[in-house]
Amino acid sequence: MADFLFYLFAFLTVLAAVGVVLNRNAVNAAMCLLLSFAGVAALFTLLDAGLLAFVFLLVYAGAVVVLFLFVVMLFDVQGAGPRKPYKTVPAAASVVALALLTTGLLSLIERGRLPGSVPVAAPGFKEFAARLFTTYLLPVQVTGFLLLIAMLGVVVISKRLETKEAAQ
Amino acid sequence: MNALPPLLAAGWLPAQVGLNHYLLVSALLFAIGFFGVLLRRNTLVIYMCLELMLNASALAAVAFSRYNGTIDGLILVFFIITVAAAEVAVGLAIIVALFRLRHTVQVEELTLLKN
Repeated sequence: MADFLFYLFAFLTVLAAVGVVLNRNAVNAAMCLLLSFAGVAALFTLLDAGLLAFVFLLVYAGAVVVLFLFVVMLFDVQGAGPRKPYKTVPAAASVVALALLTTGLLSLIERGRLPGSVPVAAPGFKEFAARLFTTYLLPVQVTGFLLLIAMLGVVVISKRLETKEAAQ
Repeated sequence: MNALPPLLAAGWLPAQVGLNHYLLVSALLFAIGFFGVLLRRNTLVIYMCLELMLNASALAAVAFSRYNGTIDGLILVFFIITVAAAEVAVGLAIIVALFRLRHTVQVEELTLLKN
């Protein structure tokens, strides 16, 4: 059953990711991104990381995609005109990259048999929290400070341009 | 099953799902995001593809953590999610500021620093 679910969600995730790249409309791309995030969260759940899946859904599907949609709708999407949405020279370069990727994946499938077919017991919430507030206490503080700096930076970026536009 | 090439018969679909399968999905996701960054012209979609690549690395970290029995990978992903949220906020603010200044989000028209 878990195997079937893995294939289902892996297929969904990869298909939605392809949709992000191929969709011409940015709103549809954001919706595909949401679907892909949901698939990744389901894969997290299959890996017994329920807390991470929850946080992932909360942050990505709840905040990031909404932010993307907000910005997309702020812009004039039709202003881009009927130009083709892909670049030409990088398209040729990506064909070469695709060949390299295929070679790498084939070698991974053929001889990349990593050990560890039997997963050990997953860590619970308690262990997670204990580790987060003992061993990783400094990174937690630094990350909190980073969030504060990001918030201040966003405010500064938005403010300064507004005043410059008003001065012109 | 004999009709399949030996690559597929070597145990893609019939085998029990293990670490390799998660890594394969992760590699696929990363490659798709990478192609999106290479191919697309819209800055916002490029940004979405960057998020996709970040997700792929997070998935690989969770899979490795699960199959190694350690919790450090999960905590790393926790920090990845936090930093990604801050990154999205700042990046989208920059894109909005750029749009106000140049009235476009197509990367080819954003050549302010060229020459």
